[in-house]
Amino acid sequence: MFSTFDFSVIVASLPFIWSGLQFTFKLTFVAMTGGIIIGTFLALARLSSIGPLAAAASWYVNIMRSIPLVMVILWFYLVIPLITGKPMGAETSALVTFTAFEAAFFCEIMRAGIQGIPKGQVAAGQAMGFTYSQVMRFVVLPQAFRNMLPVLLTQTIVLFQDTSLVYAIGAKDMLKAAEVAGKNYNRPVEMIIFVAIVYFSLSFALSYVVKRLQKRIAIKR
Amino acid sequence: MNYHWNWGIYLEQIKGGDETYLDWLITGFGWTVAVSLSAWVIALTLGIAVGVLRTAPSKVVVAISTAWVELFRNIPLLVQMFLWFFVVPELLPREWGLWVKQDMPAKEFMTATICLGFFTSSRVAEQVRAGIQSITHGQRMAGLAMGFTLPQTYRYILLPTALRMVIPPLTSEFMNVFKNSSVAFAIGVMELTFQARQMQEDSEQGIETFLAVTVLYFVCAFTANRVMAVIEKRAQIPGNIAGQH
Amino acid sequence: MSEMPEAMIKINNVSKWYGDFKVLTDCTTSVAKGEVIVVCGPSGSGKSTLIKCVNGLEAFQQGDITVKGISVGDPKTNLPKLRAHVGMVFQHFELFPHMTITDNLSIAQIKVLGRSKDEAHAKTMKLLDRVGLKAHAHKHPGQLSGGQQQRVAIARALCMDPICMLFDEPTSALDPEMVNEVLDVMVQLAKEGMTMMCVTHEMGFARKVSNRVIFMDNGNIVEDATKDDFFGTPRSERAQQFLSKILSH
Repeated sequence: MFSTFDFSVIVASLPFIWSGLQFTFKLTFVAMTGGIIIGTFLALARLSSIGPLAAAASWYVNIMRSIPLVMVILWFYLVIPLITGKPMGAETSALVTFTAFEAAFFCEIMRAGIQGIPKGQVAAGQAMGFTYSQVMRFVVLPQAFRNMLPVLLTQTIVLFQDTSLVYAIGAKDMLKAAEVAGKNYNRPVEMIIFVAIVYFSLSFALSYVVKRLQKRIAIKR
Repeated sequence: MNYHWNWGIYLEQIKGGDETYLDWLITGFGWTVAVSLSAWVIALTLGIAVGVLRTAPSKVVVAISTAWVELFRNIPLLVQMFLWFFVVPELLPREWGLWVKQDMPAKEFMTATICLGFFTSSRVAEQVRAGIQSITHGQRMAGLAMGFTLPQTYRYILLPTALRMVIPPLTSEFMNVFKNSSVAFAIGVMELTFQARQMQEDSEQGIETFLAVTVLYFVCAFTANRVMAVIEKRAQIPGNIAGQH
Repeated sequence: MSEMPEAMIKINNVSKWYGDFKVLTDCTTSVAKGEVIVVCGPSGSGKSTLIKCVNGLEAFQQGDITVKGISVGDPKTNLPKLRAHVGMVFQHFELFPHMTITDNLSIAQIKVLGRSKDEAHAKTMKLLDRVGLKAHAHKHPGQLSGGQQQRVAIARALCMDPICMLFDEPTSALDPEMVNEVLDVMVQLAKEGMTMMCVTHEMGFARKVSNRVIFMDNGNIVEDATKDDFFGTPRSERAQQFLSKILSH
């Protein structure tokens, strides 16, 4: 079956694919950290007692969650240069898009985490004389973040896989690099198999780590 | 913002053809719905089967069905599209591969549907498994004690209860299918995202184009949500929270 | 004890382990046709496990159990067929929540026994009437009280024309005011000559209708005596302690 396959081209194009994978990692990391930070603020906004703020945050989150990611990528790639008046590269556009998009998903996770903290914790914080932001910073958010860590990581695995969709605007991630290499050597099939194995191994390994973590957290509780 | 608005673009003719852009959008909407609904049928059928097998008494069966879920869950959908489109025909016996590549009708549609269906099946399977496992052990025992075989116990007792319980998560999966069908543009299915890119390039009216396409995706998601809500209401059991004491 | 008539259930030297943990140790007893046996003992003594071994819902590693001469542990035995003729009532009723009361009673008649819908329906109505719940036939289990649900569960088992009935703590999940309505049905059944094996702490029931009482502790059958002997002079200290505890209130 594999007799007609030539896997030596993979070795030859490893440095090239590695440069693509580096961007995949960068995109995942930036969108994860940025998304969690912005998402936490969005969650606080959604839970705030200031009506318009809560409404705006919940609109943002709901819209992001009901549009296909590919369309969000296309939208940002089109609209950002129109707003800034300057052309923007596909890679930079991808970084902005994924951060903004993932923020909506991380927001929902953090919101569930914050809501899961017993009211008594907030009361105890206030009783100690903490302001709202101090209660959040020192009491609620650290616990919410810790409880939600496995879910945040699971979302990061989804994010890691979703980064492949920057294909739509031609940003050079691992998949794009493999595609280009496949064209150069006229060996697209081998390249796709290789890329699939890399994605699978990394996602599978990370989800194993998450499962272990979940068990450890479950025991500590 | 320096943008030339043209809200009449939808009714204008495409460059060098007698179709309007609206025709493109309608075609795209049709393919999106076709791919999504067909994939959903595959996903439900396979997903329920695999979900049931994940709770089977045999370790081998559990291992195989777990492998199924892990395989389809840990590879990006876009890469799976390419795998089905470019790689699978090469792995088939030579004549079959040739037939797939050259003669299979609606090749892009078929490939995208199978790919999206299998991908979603792994997610449906996880929900179904969770649903079955949340039913108390006593229900299974009661079924067996009545003289039902294990398959009968699943068919008449465990599955009807489990499926009712997982309607909410399945609702979001159903909505996801429509969103995920957008990835099919990459192998040339002429669905909404494909048409969005094509119309943006041809008309140079990106915002109007994307707005129309986005609205159509909203329509899909909203309809999917309402349909599942109706099903959920119909399936409600009077006076009961299923499987709990 | 009078001469043993035909044994319906024979339990012979049965032992069972969960991993390294031994839950049943060399249990031996039998239930004759028409006999009513009450099995009692502290929680964790293995009584529920033992009764579930009788229709093969729990597997056991040693010894054998026969029901009307058919071996439960034999891998060649058609367990579903055997179970279809052994009625079982559970602590938590285990009615099927998604079916109406009527369907709960008829589904196994149709799908397991192969009765026609009309035949099954007639039987269903007859037994619902018998437990006094005919008026609730169209409802779902969640709309009934616990006592009503348990009476339905008994009727469901009786629909299959069982050769014997197993009761696994049928009243321990019920609110106190509902216990008697269920016990009344069971007493009636006993008086009609049904072979019954009941795991229960209802000593009033045991006194009224049982033939023998089995006391279990730590996976062992500690006492297996006639009703009068058991309540008169329990031989083991454990059984005495147990009795004094549950009879004191």
